[in-house]
Amino acid sequence: MEKAIKRYFPIFALPTLVAFTIGFIIPFLMGVYLSFCSFTTVVNTKFVGLANYRAAFSDAGFLHALGFTVLFTIVTVLLINLLAFLVAMLLTRKIQGTNLFRTVFFMPNLIGGIVLGYIWQQILNGILSYFDRTLTYSATYGFWGLVILMCWQQIGYMMIIYIAGIQNIPGDVVEAAKIDGAGRWQLLKNVTIPMVMPSITICTFLTLTNSFKLFDQNLSLTAGAPSNNTEMLALNIYNTFYGRVGWEGVGQAKAVLFFLMVTVIALIQLTATRRKEVQQ
Amino acid sequence: MGVKKSRVNLALTVIFSLISILYVSPIVIVCMNSFKRKVYISKQPFALPLGKMFVGVENYVNGFKKVPFIQSAGWTLFITVGSVFLIILCTSMCAWYITRVKNKFTEAIYYLCVFSMIVPFQMVMYTLSWISNVLKLNTPWGIMIIYLGFGAGLAVFMFCGFVKSIPLEIEEAAMIDGCTPVQTFFKIVLPVLKPTCITIAILQTMWIWNDYLLPYLTLDHSKYMTIPIAVQYLRGGYGSVDMGALMAMLVLAVIPIIVFYVICQKYIIEGVVAGAVKG
Repeated sequence: MEKAIKRYFPIFALPTLVAFTIGFIIPFLMGVYLSFCSFTTVVNTKFVGLANYRAAFSDAGFLHALGFTVLFTIVTVLLINLLAFLVAMLLTRKIQGTNLFRTVFFMPNLIGGIVLGYIWQQILNGILSYFDRTLTYSATYGFWGLVILMCWQQIGYMMIIYIAGIQNIPGDVVEAAKIDGAGRWQLLKNVTIPMVMPSITICTFLTLTNSFKLFDQNLSLTAGAPSNNTEMLALNIYNTFYGRVGWEGVGQAKAVLFFLMVTVIALIQLTATRRKEVQQ
Repeated sequence: MGVKKSRVNLALTVIFSLISILYVSPIVIVCMNSFKRKVYISKQPFALPLGKMFVGVENYVNGFKKVPFIQSAGWTLFITVGSVFLIILCTSMCAWYITRVKNKFTEAIYYLCVFSMIVPFQMVMYTLSWISNVLKLNTPWGIMIIYLGFGAGLAVFMFCGFVKSIPLEIEEAAMIDGCTPVQTFFKIVLPVLKPTCITIAILQTMWIWNDYLLPYLTLDHSKYMTIPIAVQYLRGGYGSVDMGALMAMLVLAVIPIIVFYVICQKYIIEGVVAGAVKG
């Protein structure tokens, strides 16, 4: 059978492979190469070694964006996962209106980052106007504005995954723990959390990468204002490419560093939480 | 105990009802503001659009004058539907092929797909926009190929996970009965893959419909805009922004999403759960 299928390579695999090569492999390889070059267009390049990387590390804006992004990621990952887990625990208690609440909490997730950013800009500026401030008054406002926006968008999504995890816990395990005299905290600590560990793995992975790679919301809510103080890594890279002539090589070097950081963080997180998972 | 529990649950219902109202309020407030005269949108952002504040559909008319919103919505729909269809069709075939034909090459494809999932878009954006220009993929038709390429990673990965669980005997029986591989795939494998197709279609729709940077960098946006590009265009630049038009267009951008959500709610939530478990 394998032989029969193998001859059909052009029909089955080729279209995807061609698109994958055009849309991913070639741009990726070119991107890696260009990060070692000085260029203004892709066809006019000069090899400069590690100069772009040195420039990236001595760019104060890039380092500030890195710090801002790391802080933002830590805060949002913790807040979103704690709140989503709490809501999921409460909504699996069979209270009235559970389905409606689930529907409402999930809804913001479907709205795209650009639209969300402008909706929240209007709301937050509206609230701040009572104190004679705007969102771009200082970076602190922008930071917490972004945190609120991300929580509003992502809690529902993570909640849905946690609810599925909690509902998958076999009833007899919980019963057995209760008969053995486990209190509510013990039940949560020793039964519920270990059993939903796969959900925790995937939710922390998603929130971590979403927050670290955030672009649309950042662009629409503050666009980095005031004076690039709320600029996150993705936006900083974008501005380096398209806002500063002659800096394309540095932008590409930053992009490679960004990719390496995302990969390392994702791998560390996956191995760390996977190790805690238990077999059911 | 029973009475106490039901009281706690009642309290929770009340608390969650209040939170739910808070949750939808940003959208309601933007909707209210879209019917307000421009100056009052920032002056009295939380007031109802009554009396002299009310302007009817003037903001919507202004918005339509500033950006081609209807065309943008049309292109967004066209690009999303076309790309999702192409992704489902091509990647399910590719995933079946690389799972059934085992060699070094197909294994390499699989791991490349997994790898591509964590690569951030910023890594390839500059070179990708150049390639799309050179290959003339900067049209709504061409961008579908880019979406197929960039979306293939996740889709192939998820399809592969599912194809592995299909028993080989069914396909062998079909082939012995005289089916070609193409017939086997479309008559036997694809129907079994239907739930996975729905999951992937939902995840990709949520991504492509709302995507801003990829179409912004690859499409020729003097001719074609998508909804996120149109909204950003309205706001772009540092001049004075027509807040009325912006509010109106935000409302129009949200409406199709809510309609889609209300109709397909069950599939969307199931799709997200299935996607998370497989991922």
